[in-house]
Amino acid sequence: MPMLHTVNKSPYERNSLDSCLNHARDGSSVLLFEDGIYAVIRGGKAASGIQAAKGISFYVLGPDLQARGIGTDRVIEGVTVVDYSGFVDLVTGHDNVQSWL
Amino acid sequence: MKLAVMVNEGPYQHQSSDSAYQFTKAALEKGHEIMRVFFYHDGVNNGTRYAVPPQDDRNITQQWSALAKQHDLDLVVCVAAAQRRGVLDADEAKRHGKSGDNIAEGFRISGLGQLIEAGIQAERLVVFGD
Amino acid sequence: MSETIKKFLYVNRKAPYGTVYALESLEVVLIGAAFDQDVSLAFVDDGVFELSKGQKTEGIGMKNFSPAYSALGDYDVTKIYVEKESLDERGLTLDDLLHLTYEDEDEDYAEKDSIHLVSREQLAEIMDQQDVVLSF
Repeated sequence: MPMLHTVNKSPYERNSLDSCLNHARDGSSVLLFEDGIYAVIRGGKAASGIQAAKGISFYVLGPDLQARGIGTDRVIEGVTVVDYSGFVDLVTGHDNVQSWL
Repeated sequence: MKLAVMVNEGPYQHQSSDSAYQFTKAALEKGHEIMRVFFYHDGVNNGTRYAVPPQDDRNITQQWSALAKQHDLDLVVCVAAAQRRGVLDADEAKRHGKSGDNIAEGFRISGLGQLIEAGIQAERLVVFGD
Repeated sequence: MSETIKKFLYVNRKAPYGTVYALESLEVVLIGAAFDQDVSLAFVDDGVFELSKGQKTEGIGMKNFSPAYSALGDYDVTKIYVEKESLDERGLTLDDLLHLTYEDEDEDYAEKDSIHLVSREQLAEIMDQQDVVLSF
């Protein structure tokens, strides 16, 4: 049952992304939004955790990147940028949703 | 699809209510049904009509009220959390001897059962919190 | 109250008293019990602290709500998963936690443990199986 996990806090503030990745099974997806977007910045320590999670699909909410002045050119490879419409599609496209707060 | 949304934080303090609002709006635009938006913890504070935020920024409560009116949304504020934080409708105010009520248009106060029911009836429930 | 039975998981990751989430999530569980769904609770990360025994709150002027966890068995909430890695990281063992039990009506009301110590991997599997996950 592929689950959609969402993470909305910065990996540098809270352990939510770590905890999420500790529990997300292969085949599931993770959407980073709100302050969670900071995890996808190339060169940031959190990015390596994302790159190491091979069986998981990663998404980041574009509007939250833009709001924070992070250009999509700074997003690591393998992370798909989506908008709110894409967020909705992720929710309906997975069997269940878990928010890591 | 039939979706439900839970908002755990108050307006402005966290981005939760904004994110939930944008998500809800996008879902409705795509033709999905949002069967309920349930406000819990400090999220009940989204339902007070006495906020007067600065004019040059969004009015979170009014945005929810307007969206609810446009799409006939069920915005539910949890009674237990609301009592703790002082969000009352006319009945609650009368019952507790308060001089006034403050529930905003389009919101209604009800029990936690409404959240569980939303979880049962909706195909997906998304939680926005901190 | 309902024909449909869904798997509900309540995820607790925060310590008690510093924020309201532990108390108010417990309130959801207790009210939700009336709906006869397939309920599980998960205590992960700092959430394991919510179940610490010996909570005495007079000094901080807050209500000690930990006795309510002991009532969960009476509300048919019998699947309480505590993550071992979360305990280990925090220097805790099961002995530090409340002893939560329920009476199994299928076995002559024998008293059984409600707390199930699970590994991170086991909990990941449990999470994956849920229909509705409530995070606080």
